[in-house]
Amino acid sequence: MATPALPAAITVRGLTKSFGDKVVLDGIDLDIAQGTVFALLGPNGAGKTTMVHILSTLINADGGEVRIGGHDLARTPDAVRAVIGLTGQFSAVDNLLTGAENLRLMADLHRLGRTAGRARIADLLARFDLVDAATTPVATYSGGMKRRLDLAMTLVGDPRVIFLDEPTTGLDPRSRRTMWQIIRDLVTDGVTILLTTQYLDEADQLADRVGVLDHGRLIAEGSPDELKRRVPGGHIRLQFADPHRLDSAARLLDGSTRDHDGLTLRVPSDAGVRSLRAVLDRLDRAAVEVDSLSIHLPDLDDVFLALTTSPTTTRTGNPNREKESVR
Amino acid sequence: MSTLTYAVSDSSVMLRRQLLHMRRYPVLTFMLLGVPVVLLLLFVYVFGGTLGNGLGGATGGRSAYANYVVPGILLMTLASGAQGTAISVAMDMTEGIIARFKTMAIFPPSVLTGHVLGSMIQTMLGLAAVTGVALLVGFRPTATPVEWVAAVGLLAIFAFALTWLSVACGLVTKSVEAASNLPMPLMLLPFLGSGFVPTDSMPYALRLFAEYQPFTPVVETLRGLLLGTAIGHNAALATAWSVAITAACFLWAKALYNRDRTR
Repeated sequence: MATPALPAAITVRGLTKSFGDKVVLDGIDLDIAQGTVFALLGPNGAGKTTMVHILSTLINADGGEVRIGGHDLARTPDAVRAVIGLTGQFSAVDNLLTGAENLRLMADLHRLGRTAGRARIADLLARFDLVDAATTPVATYSGGMKRRLDLAMTLVGDPRVIFLDEPTTGLDPRSRRTMWQIIRDLVTDGVTILLTTQYLDEADQLADRVGVLDHGRLIAEGSPDELKRRVPGGHIRLQFADPHRLDSAARLLDGSTRDHDGLTLRVPSDAGVRSLRAVLDRLDRAAVEVDSLSIHLPDLDDVFLALTTSPTTTRTGNPNREKESVR
Repeated sequence: MSTLTYAVSDSSVMLRRQLLHMRRYPVLTFMLLGVPVVLLLLFVYVFGGTLGNGLGGATGGRSAYANYVVPGILLMTLASGAQGTAISVAMDMTEGIIARFKTMAIFPPSVLTGHVLGSMIQTMLGLAAVTGVALLVGFRPTATPVEWVAAVGLLAIFAFALTWLSVACGLVTKSVEAASNLPMPLMLLPFLGSGFVPTDSMPYALRLFAEYQPFTPVVETLRGLLLGTAIGHNAALATAWSVAITAACFLWAKALYNRDRTR
């Protein structure tokens, strides 16, 4: 967790950016302590990538002040570039070169020297499980391999601050977990990480602090637990075969809401085993048969809807986000 | 380290990257060589007999035309190489690695200088190959070693100018397709000058254009160096054009590359 004693690796004050009439970042303040992971959550178009692009010196901000590793971003961008590394949403690798050649390119640009460069490349290839693929062109790599190489290339220069722009988007679950472990190891070494993601579980797994970005504003900031407590999204969804059963169940379960068209009932719950069993026991005793049920955990949808819309608004669950379906 | 050392060492790393690209995908290099070689064979063997008679020289015919057309074909090689540069720059800009380079503390235009140096090597090798084919089909230069060196030097500075122009073309376009079309006029310019036929055989308006466009003084200077025709003020003009195009296009390309670092 963030210890206040550590100096801030990234300080942002009043950061603004517009593209034409569109305000993308509308006064962002941020402090990220050294050796911690800060996750920037937000839907597409919230300004996450713009934020990363500004902090990684790719584009200029319209206003505000940024210090990274003690260097002023606007005044000494090259000093900032020397301490940062960026692994973007789109693989920042050279597809025409092999994995080893890509790493060599980075070693040469960082002026590591022949011996030190070789040692570093061998170490990174081993650490990222790319030894076998080292001499094949990157164009033939899988998505997970490309992402690993991408991060390995970022690490050649031994950056103290790393920006990870949606590092696991499009990866299979196994590659995702590998990436998470790599990120954890980096933090253990004292690296500061700013990562953007659309997945709450990713922030949950990795982040010390989470910021929710929406329409260019940081609408919430806190630890993952603090954030989730603000989201009343957990519920059980029960599916019935006919309206009679739906009605009887609705009478039995307090606080539930009916959806007549879908023949479903929504029961607020913390989605724990105990409360789930209580609901089922109650229905069982009244001999109300349930066709199927699914458990809905608070996710990013809920965070957003809870934070950005009034609580009375009806929410529609995204079927893709129904996790842990009970069969 | 000073800025200059940075510039040199980063550019040489980027050059090595370009050479690796070329070695891995030699197809583009051969495609670009194909155009001037095919045109050379076409003009010498298909049109050469007739066009040679029209030159009004002492001998005329195919052998006279072979000598006449080679400087034009050499410029065709440069134009074809320029098209290749525009394509490879435009392709490169779509790659995520460019964003990575831009977030690194390196000499910013080194990506571009890498492309330029790579293309220069490619083009100079191409010129050598095309000259070889030209010698086989009857090109008989009369140049002294000094004149050869001057001819190579002239081709190099003009190639340098066209390469920076095509780098800018590759940067200004949004797609690879557009980048391959933009330098097309360069392929036409040797025709609309003294590359293939003397300009005094052209209609008045076209002749005016032909005599004042940059390819003509380069062709005339080359012809003078390699075959001993009159050069006059063409050498100075050719040099001036090369320097002016290089300076303008270098600044243009640099501005385009820096304009939006996310592109």
